Amino acid sequence: MSNEIETIKDPGLPAHVHRRTDTDPKAAQRAERQVAILFLLSALGTVLLIGSYIFIPQDIFIFFPVLGNTNAHQLFLGLGMAFSLFFIGMGAIHWAKTLMPDEEVVIQRHEFRSPDEDRADFVKAAKDGAAAAGLGRRSLIKRTLGLALGLAGLSPIILLRDLGPLPGDELSKTSWKAGTRLVTDPGDRPIRAEDLEVGAVAQTLPELAAGGHRTLADIGKDAVLLIRLRPEEFNLDAERLSWTHEGIIAFSKICSHMGCAVALYEQQTKHLLCPCHQSTFDVTRAAKVIFGPAARPLPQLAITVDSEGYLVAQNPFNEPVGPSFWERSS
Amino acid sequence: MTARERIAGNVANYVDERTGAAKWMKKNLTKVFPDHWSFLLGEIALYSFIILLLSGTFLTFWFDPSQREVIYEGNYEPLEGLKMSAAYASTLHISFEVRGGLLMRQIHHWAALIFMAAIVVHLMRVYFTGAFRKPREFNWIIGVGLLTLGIVEGFLGYSLPDDLLSGTGIRIAEAIIQALPVVGSYLAFFAFGGAFPGEAFIPRIYTVHVLLLPGAFLALITVHLMLVWYQKHTQYPGPGRTEKNVVGYPLLPVYMAKAGGFFFIVFGVTAFLGAVASINPIWLYGPYTPGQISAGSQPDWYMGWLDGLVRMSPPLETHAFGHTISWNILIPGLIVPGILFTGMALYPFIESWITGDKREHHLLDRPRNAPNRTALGVMSLTFMLVALINGGNDIIATTFHLTINQIMWFSRIAIFVLPPIAFVITKRLCLSLQRADRELVLHGRETGRLVMMPHGEFVEVHEPISAEKAWLLTQHEQNPALALEEHDSSGVRRPKALKNKLRARMSKAHAVAVPKATAEDLKQIEHH
Amino acid sequence: MENNLKRLSRFRRHRAVAPLLLVLALLSIGTTFSVAGAATSTPLSAAEKSALIDEGKQLFLKGCSSCHGLNAEGGAVAPSLIGVGAASVDFQVATGRMPMADMSVQAMRKKPVYNEKQVEALAAYVASLAPGPEVPGESQLNYERDGSAAEGGELFRTNCAMCHNFAAQGGALTQGKYAPTLMGVEPRHIYEAMITGPQSMPVFSDKTITPEEKLSIIKWIKAAESEPQLGGAALGRVGPVTEGLLVWTLGLGLLVGVAVWLAMKAR
Repeated sequence: MSNEIETIKDPGLPAHVHRRTDTDPKAAQRAERQVAILFLLSALGTVLLIGSYIFIPQDIFIFFPVLGNTNAHQLFLGLGMAFSLFFIGMGAIHWAKTLMPDEEVVIQRHEFRSPDEDRADFVKAAKDGAAAAGLGRRSLIKRTLGLALGLAGLSPIILLRDLGPLPGDELSKTSWKAGTRLVTDPGDRPIRAEDLEVGAVAQTLPELAAGGHRTLADIGKDAVLLIRLRPEEFNLDAERLSWTHEGIIAFSKICSHMGCAVALYEQQTKHLLCPCHQSTFDVTRAAKVIFGPAARPLPQLAITVDSEGYLVAQNPFNEPVGPSFWERSS
Repeated sequence: MTARERIAGNVANYVDERTGAAKWMKKNLTKVFPDHWSFLLGEIALYSFIILLLSGTFLTFWFDPSQREVIYEGNYEPLEGLKMSAAYASTLHISFEVRGGLLMRQIHHWAALIFMAAIVVHLMRVYFTGAFRKPREFNWIIGVGLLTLGIVEGFLGYSLPDDLLSGTGIRIAEAIIQALPVVGSYLAFFAFGGAFPGEAFIPRIYTVHVLLLPGAFLALITVHLMLVWYQKHTQYPGPGRTEKNVVGYPLLPVYMAKAGGFFFIVFGVTAFLGAVASINPIWLYGPYTPGQISAGSQPDWYMGWLDGLVRMSPPLETHAFGHTISWNILIPGLIVPGILFTGMALYPFIESWITGDKREHHLLDRPRNAPNRTALGVMSLTFMLVALINGGNDIIATTFHLTINQIMWFSRIAIFVLPPIAFVITKRLCLSLQRADRELVLHGRETGRLVMMPHGEFVEVHEPISAEKAWLLTQHEQNPALALEEHDSSGVRRPKALKNKLRARMSKAHAVAVPKATAEDLKQIEHH
Repeated sequence: MENNLKRLSRFRRHRAVAPLLLVLALLSIGTTFSVAGAATSTPLSAAEKSALIDEGKQLFLKGCSSCHGLNAEGGAVAPSLIGVGAASVDFQVATGRMPMADMSVQAMRKKPVYNEKQVEALAAYVASLAPGPEVPGESQLNYERDGSAAEGGELFRTNCAMCHNFAAQGGALTQGKYAPTLMGVEPRHIYEAMITGPQSMPVFSDKTITPEEKLSIIKWIKAAESEPQLGGAALGRVGPVTEGLLVWTLGLGLLVGVAVWLAMKAR
């Protein structure tokens, strides 16, 4: 540091300026009254809270500008609580500012560093302790202790094993099988090809066997979106085209990015949009990703019709549905 | 002696004879706290935490953390007879049948949002004034830890009601876990007790939300406050304020009354929000099922930047050797946030390494006097803001008649371009402000009064500034950059030369400053 | 407590609202009449019908044919209207979407250009070109009687919420298109939109979502529309974005304001 340059001097703490309440007893009395009024307002707030709780039924609605037609019970209960707390605070602060001493106080800081002899003593004590235990000499003890502690640390991990089953091939399987009917969600009604006009969509799930139960985990893998286009609008290879039926194409509704339900279908552009992260899929090109973070198309379900004319799956999905995971091969 | 004084004396005597507390109390009741509004930002966070504990306890009395399927038979008709989880049904019960229940839910949620916002502005205050410097590095790290835990705690909290919006959030969290290389699908199955969503997750995160994390918060907040207490508060520079003293008001009575009063203010404002503004109307979202979704599904604001980063990510995935790595999830969801938060936690050490400054600091910096640090802070905030804006791109698009694609592309470019621009602008702004300070000290304040000189020229009268002001504008240190030799005296290249070169360059950038006005300069001007 | 509580949905209103309600009622009487006028058309004789179709054709040639073609066969900028049905015309024209004001990405709802009689004529003309969905009659739209709000809510969340948002406030689509808010939309138009799939919206067939289910959806939308503020200001019902905005402005603003006052020296 350049000490030779003369810096501007610290003029020191400015002289204390008295408040009006310090010099004028009338002002002090006024401040006292103001504080009292604030505390009284708080008391009124609590009265409002109790009154609202007891006397305002929960189904009364009052119109207020900005808020709209508002539940009076909830509003006045809350306002009562807000006033009761807020004005205690205002009163206390106003009291502290106007009537409690406002002369600033100076205290000195102490250095955090311990004196040298204390530090030396500490180092010595630590060294002596270590020497007395013989950690340095008895390396066998040191090593086995390390081993024991390290292994003991494993036990919580071992004990958490039963949190859940191993994934197995769960992530790659859905309930769709060859011949499973597509039924409406909600409603569980099977769908015929002619039920869908061009431009129509339908949210579907696999039909349940009699007495079967559908869990949310099932829906999370099985949800399928049906879309009907004009067959000539497709731009698919022969195999994928054979997975459609008279212009009806079926995709997994579970986003290949992070698993949100992709059901936002734009009829004119034939695009599917995921509302979570805005991945956009082109339906005419087998749900190819044309925008956003998703890296894979939505899995396509091969469909056809059964003998009664209802839409069914030709085959199970030929790839896992939903977000990627380590064991996924493509 | 009045009766009251006698009783107080007796109580004090009783306690002191058993604990010897009088000495400690004497010292601490007269402890001095500097007064500044920005020192209350951390208090807002602390008080919000207390409000969260109180309102949260109320909610636990009725909340049923279970994913068992029930049929709704409560007061809210548009959901009558629908299947839902017990968690969702009990949240509806709290909202519509428990008097004051909806108010408490809203207070709890508003308090959580205020808690996180207060932590962020408190962090900004600490950062921009350099309050994290020695000896307060530990407290900085604890603060970063509290911020991180706060994000997790908030996410788990709003996930508990098992509504359509929060369920979508859990779905995304599950996808992030599942995307972890090697262990992903195992961890996901352990966390959810099987395939998503299962029936185990909400009971589990309930325990974490109401027991484990609040316990961690209590412990960390206690240490955070004890360190503030022990190390004494920093203070802004000014006349009479030095590195060796603390100027402020004593704990008793002024600070106690103000801080205590402020608790009630924070609670009151939170209750006011809970009364007048609806938050998380889960009855409108509906119960969660993976087959449904709402347009504009967003997380709470403190997760919004994460969602924004995920949205703007390019569609990158690696498929090799029968395995998949989802860079489009890992980079924005884990790697970038990990780097950001680690960098933030280590910043005090990085800065002290750059400046070579190992001294204690109790006087705060004015942000303009640390241009590099201030610019780096504004740069980081710009990054976060771009990410946050992209997290709400659909709402912004519909509100301002833009397209989500435009906002997405804007964000993808801006996240790289805007932060450096913000850095340069801020640094220049800081230096300009330093120059203005220098001018002010040397030439005084422009009064706006014009005087005609005898020879007809008009000049503006400048008024010298007060000694206090002049001190405030010149009290800061201006340290030169570190001089690090690449070669030692005999001309041999030192090991670590590259590291030293980097350090020297950063140190130089850090030391850029407009020379502050000195008494010497003033004298010279007077001579003219 | 819980048992003697009246259902929240039976919203009792306070006296203070009465004047406002009166104004609203007067306004709504106007709209109801116009809706009723269009929907309760008594069966027309063959002569009346062909006169109507002729009138529609004249209107079409003047106002629509420059884009949709002289025979409604479609053009470079507008689709064919053959087979779209009367319901489609009623939806597009009666909500003011057609004729389009300019070639923007999407036709917006605005003040209708044609009156109800003219809309009816246009619809009759287009319906005469090829069969298509018909305008639903008043008796088909009795959602209060035939619908169930809870079931409608479930259907809405599965089929509609991904575009129109959880509370039917609307949402963003790609490239600047958007799903409009459903607040204040007449039940007839909601119904027509579902069966015709206007613009970006897909068609919801009667077999996958039955007419009763469509009425349930309408009933739920109407319940959401008239639902008062159960927890205070609704903040647009768009989720956490506005909540975050309010915390950073009003919430933190109030608290920092008090903090500044607290730390200010009293005079």
